[in-house]
Amino acid sequence: MNMLTDVEVEKTVAKNMSNQPEMKMIGKDVSVFYGEKRALFDVNLNVRKNTVTALIGPSGCGKSTFLRSLNRMNDTIEGCRVTGKITLDGSDIYDPALDVVELRARVGMVFQKPNPFPKSIYENVSYGPRIHGLAKSKAVLDEIVNSSLQRAGLWNEVKDRLHEPGTGLSGGQQQRLCIARAVAVSPEVILMDEPCSALDPIATAKVEELIHELRENFTIVIVTHSMQQAARVSQRTAMFHLGYLVEENDTDKIFTNPDDQRTQDYIMGRFG
Amino acid sequence: MATAHIYSAFDEELATLSRRIAEMGGMAEQMVSDSIRALVTSDSALAQRVISEDVVMDQTERDIGDTAILMIAKRQPVAADLREIVGSIRIAADLERVGDLGKSNAKRVIAVQSAGIPRPLARGIEHLSELALQQLKDVLDVYSSRSAEKAEAIRLRDEEIDAMYTSLFREMLTYMMEDPRNITPCTHLLFCAKNIERIGDHATNIAETIYYMKTGEQPVGERPKDDNTASVVQQPAE
Repeated sequence: MNMLTDVEVEKTVAKNMSNQPEMKMIGKDVSVFYGEKRALFDVNLNVRKNTVTALIGPSGCGKSTFLRSLNRMNDTIEGCRVTGKITLDGSDIYDPALDVVELRARVGMVFQKPNPFPKSIYENVSYGPRIHGLAKSKAVLDEIVNSSLQRAGLWNEVKDRLHEPGTGLSGGQQQRLCIARAVAVSPEVILMDEPCSALDPIATAKVEELIHELRENFTIVIVTHSMQQAARVSQRTAMFHLGYLVEENDTDKIFTNPDDQRTQDYIMGRFG
Repeated sequence: MATAHIYSAFDEELATLSRRIAEMGGMAEQMVSDSIRALVTSDSALAQRVISEDVVMDQTERDIGDTAILMIAKRQPVAADLREIVGSIRIAADLERVGDLGKSNAKRVIAVQSAGIPRPLARGIEHLSELALQQLKDVLDVYSSRSAEKAEAIRLRDEEIDAMYTSLFREMLTYMMEDPRNITPCTHLLFCAKNIERIGDHATNIAETIYYMKTGEQPVGERPKDDNTASVVQQPAE
């Protein structure tokens, strides 16, 4: 029998001892400033692995700001400053030595409005893997495109017209194409900023079903204005208000008996 | 109730729902107290009225159910709102059962009438029903005030009714053993006593529902029980 080193023993014991969920991303005292204006106040929020975390709260509460700080999308905004610490698998994502492009490959994003490139469906999905050098050959690339479209539940609808423009698809299909594009670079975390707000109920249901399936392989953080959507798709829910994290808990708890009065008022549609 | 909903129509719907429950509660109380009065005074006309009121009670329960279902479909309530609506459905069901039990007592008036009720037993039934009615009245007050503490207190009081019922049960057995002619009226009265004891249980259920509506948690622990009739044994005198 192989002898385990002390470190390995410790690790195994720690793993068996704790029923703690595994944290994919950890946000500690995160504050975000847009110039003089402070948009987030010392937010401590962890993102659990293989879990859908929903961020809810009224407009301007900081939920999108927090989401965007998770893959440094805020870097693109002039005068935006982030303090505190955010880690991905334990390493600081604001480390100056870190390659932001690589970070965004690991933490992908889907936006509010479907925004396919004005290219073919095939090229939309293959673009990411190509620039990140994930495919050595055409055959491998074909395989990535195929499996990404499968995962996004779009394959059967587009398999016969892969070389037609992505912009020719319906809104719901375009959004699933964007999800396929995000999935194609095999990210670990997918951020979604109101992914269904431009979609009809049927397309919304398909995207929500997809989110549910993607959870097996990815960690998902979703910003949504639809309370019902948060209740349907997420396992954890975080409520933001005026730049503060008000409450974070199991979604089941949040929607049946939240601890904070502000959460209660918001989800029940009362004046806060 | 906390701050108003942004949809004021939702607040109105909730207010209507809770008004209907309160009305139903008042009706249930009246039916129970009338049925007992009919029983002890052998008033068959009053008994008949109680029996006919049960139809209204049933209809009100169905109306409350319909309203609640419609609100769930339309408003998709969550948290306290959802508990309020689901709680209303449960309370309406309990009150409807209370009405049924009142009606069942009223139906026995005619059967007991001919034989006449021994005075001490009538006293016992009256006393038991006073306890149950007080329990029902208090729980309906708690429904309007939504006090979780008071709901909890009422829940713990059911023991008294159980104890009273057990003692009445023993007493009736004694009467029946004394004179077989008492068996018919006493058997009916036994059912009446059981019905009243059940009314106490429904009041307690309502208290538990109110506690849940208010706190989002089920009340902890078993509620105290003192219904020992299952183990009562009386040996006939030799």
